[in-house]
Amino acid sequence: MRMHKIAVIGDEDSILGFRALGVSVFPVRNGKEAEEALRRAARRDYAVIYITETYASEIIDVITEYSQEPLPVVLTIPDNRGGQGAAMEKIRRTVEKALGADILFGREGNA
Amino acid sequence: MEIRVSPTRMHLLELKKRHAMAVRGHKLLKDKLDELMKQFLEMVKRDRELREEVDEKLGEAFRGFLIARGAMSSNSVDAALMYPKEQISLKASRRHIMNVEVPEFEWSFEGQEDRTNIYPYGFAYTSSELDTAIRLLSEAMPSLVELAEVEKSVELLAGEIERTRRRVNALEHVVIPQLERSIKYITMKLDEAERANITRLMKVKEIVGERSV
Repeated sequence: MRMHKIAVIGDEDSILGFRALGVSVFPVRNGKEAEEALRRAARRDYAVIYITETYASEIIDVITEYSQEPLPVVLTIPDNRGGQGAAMEKIRRTVEKALGADILFGREGNA
Repeated sequence: MEIRVSPTRMHLLELKKRHAMAVRGHKLLKDKLDELMKQFLEMVKRDRELREEVDEKLGEAFRGFLIARGAMSSNSVDAALMYPKEQISLKASRRHIMNVEVPEFEWSFEGQEDRTNIYPYGFAYTSSELDTAIRLLSEAMPSLVELAEVEKSVELLAGEIERTRRRVNALEHVVIPQLERSIKYITMKLDEAERANITRLMKVKEIVGERSV
């Protein structure tokens, strides 16, 4: 089995610490660079690619392209400004898509 | 919408077969949908738990990191992190949930046996906030990888559920009613032909009877 790697894409200030853990870090400054970094990483051996929320929301279309394949996994993570709830929102949308109704979150009033 | 069929016994038999098949398929798909739903809801629950955990841990780690960058010059932060001691080895394989392929990760930190000494730099020139930030990040890693696995599974399962539900609905609301209508139509036609035949026979009998008198 081939070895896979983990990549993190985001603004340098947030993600540099991942480098200490042996995770590949792709610092980017705008959505376009983030898209390029994502495509580059997806073509290589990266099985998991984390993107900070700020950039992820700019290139959501590109991320969606990878959503129906088992690999790579593209995930959003909060950045140093904290999460803006985009990840939860995405889970909510997925549930809505699958069940046709928002039964999980509606009950809890988008806590 | 009517299926155009010629009202013959042969077609009736064929339609009945198809109807039985459709009903069976519908039942199977519905069972599949139920099971998918069950798995999906479990996954979503786990997904949300992990999400909350990760958001919190990462938030803390990033804040620590921000402070560290404030306390140190960015050059020295770069230098400190230049050569990581740690190496993550990740093995991705695939697993099937209800015939949906989902990724499964096996991973470990490689490099340092001693988990308390993961910092790739000497302590002399770095601030303690950096240590904390990196420790927090490394603690968040297990959840992060599991989150990747779970969130992807949720996504893929959602797609499969949607597809399955469409098929169930198509069978239930289109295919099966259509087949039933066609079957009914042929049955009525055949019955009608049967009645016509009986009437004709009675009439013939009547005529034959009249002649023989």
